[in-house]
Amino acid sequence: MSAMLEVKNIHCAYDGVPVIHGISLEVEEGELVAIIGANGAGKSTTMRTIAGLMHPVSGTISFMGEDISNMGASKTIKLGVSYVPEGRRLFSKLTVKENLELGAFATKDRKVINERLEEMYDLFSILKNRKDQIAETLSGGEQQMCAIARGLMSKPKLLLLDELSLGLQPSLVERVFEAVAEINKRGVTILLVEQMVQEALEIAKRGYVVQTGRIVHSGTSKELLCSEEVRKAYMGM
Amino acid sequence: MDNFVQVLIDGILSGLLYALVAAGLSLMWGVMDVINFAHGEFLMVAMYLCYWIGEILGIDPLFSWIAGGIFLFFVGALTYKLIIKNSLGKAAMAPLLATFGLSMLLKNFCMNRFTPNFRLLSGTIMEGKTFQFAGAIVSVPQLVTAIFSLVVLLGVYWLIKKTRVGWAIQATAMDKEAAELMGIDTENIYLLVFGIGGACVGVAGGLMTTYLAVHPEVGSLFSLIAFVVVALGGFGSIPGALFAALLIGLVESFTGFYVAAVVKYVAVFAIYLVVILIRPKGLFGW
Repeated sequence: MSAMLEVKNIHCAYDGVPVIHGISLEVEEGELVAIIGANGAGKSTTMRTIAGLMHPVSGTISFMGEDISNMGASKTIKLGVSYVPEGRRLFSKLTVKENLELGAFATKDRKVINERLEEMYDLFSILKNRKDQIAETLSGGEQQMCAIARGLMSKPKLLLLDELSLGLQPSLVERVFEAVAEINKRGVTILLVEQMVQEALEIAKRGYVVQTGRIVHSGTSKELLCSEEVRKAYMGM
Repeated sequence: MDNFVQVLIDGILSGLLYALVAAGLSLMWGVMDVINFAHGEFLMVAMYLCYWIGEILGIDPLFSWIAGGIFLFFVGALTYKLIIKNSLGKAAMAPLLATFGLSMLLKNFCMNRFTPNFRLLSGTIMEGKTFQFAGAIVSVPQLVTAIFSLVVLLGVYWLIKKTRVGWAIQATAMDKEAAELMGIDTENIYLLVFGIGGACVGVAGGLMTTYLAVHPEVGSLFSLIAFVVVALGGFGSIPGALFAALLIGLVESFTGFYVAAVVKYVAVFAIYLVVILIRPKGLFGW
């Protein structure tokens, strides 16, 4: 039995400039895995490539046995891979509810969509109060919750979360991470990318450390948290 | 006073028609950042279509405008597929110049096939019908055109604001990549937007055939006005297009009557310049 997500030795480039030099990783069904590393290490590029927004120059990505390396983002989401992009990227002039509805764009069944909306309002109660508000008028934390909820509206098997903590105050980061742990508990496999290493590893089961386009460490969260090198490089200890 | 009401009514009626012509252009511009220079020629094609349907099949433009809308939906979608798609992402001016070429082609094709003569359908149902209202004379074909224009415009507005497809169109306009992450096929959205844009101008052209003559140059003035309306109203904003079109219609009719007919477009373009200098996004820009 192979893993749910298998990334094998991918190389990626922007306009011919290589930024990822052979990254391999695996995510098993039900896991919560973190990719950590400094700004510019290639974490987001890895996520964008898995989501299908860009294609690897070489290497393969397979999801549940299917090769998705060259599939576009609008197709991978139909297989069950949902990506919550860095910077949230909400549809700023649409309401919260409209944003969420678009998250379930592939679903035509009204009843199913309404059920999922209720589920999201249950998970993030603040969104229910804000449902008719224009997305750009939400606070940063609310926007992040809206983005996660939008990503969940397609009922994904694998949720890719990119830099959730960016621009959020510490108390909100904690709340958002609690929600992520809760989503994982409800059965969604999660791969997340974070600069806030300590917080990410506290909720993740395993982690990969990325440095200048390569994976330099991997292991269980406990191992990484105890590793002298990781602590020095990313936690300032 | 009678004159005032007359001029007011004339301005509103032409304004509503301008709004529908401009709405299609505004949508293409707002969603895709593409300036369709063949927009006026789309109008001309619809007018010729409904003219010939009237002449050959004897079907009144009161009904054949539907054919105009449907036909131009496909013309719009095909224009995207064959011309715009290949020129997007190339040199910055490529789509603009490509549509300019299309406009030349269509105009000269009609010039060659149908001669530069003005052609007006005769014996249409509403021909020459007028009625008195508050001392003013209202032309029935113009009134019906204006009402249908408003209805179609409201329909498109409803589609964009209240349906899932409409949200997908707006999402694509705001953030194409994020829209793709939602599973929205943005290529199809672009095709649809060009189709809807074509259909709007197609309906307008069809309706106009009831009281306006068609000739190969008919699109030029209308597209120029449409550009002004879109820039004034704000790219992609349908309420903006409606408001700006009414403003243009009124300015045109008031200056035409109270100043002189020859300066009415001077006033129209002067207003355009002033607004653009003060508010480059237009009055209702995104």
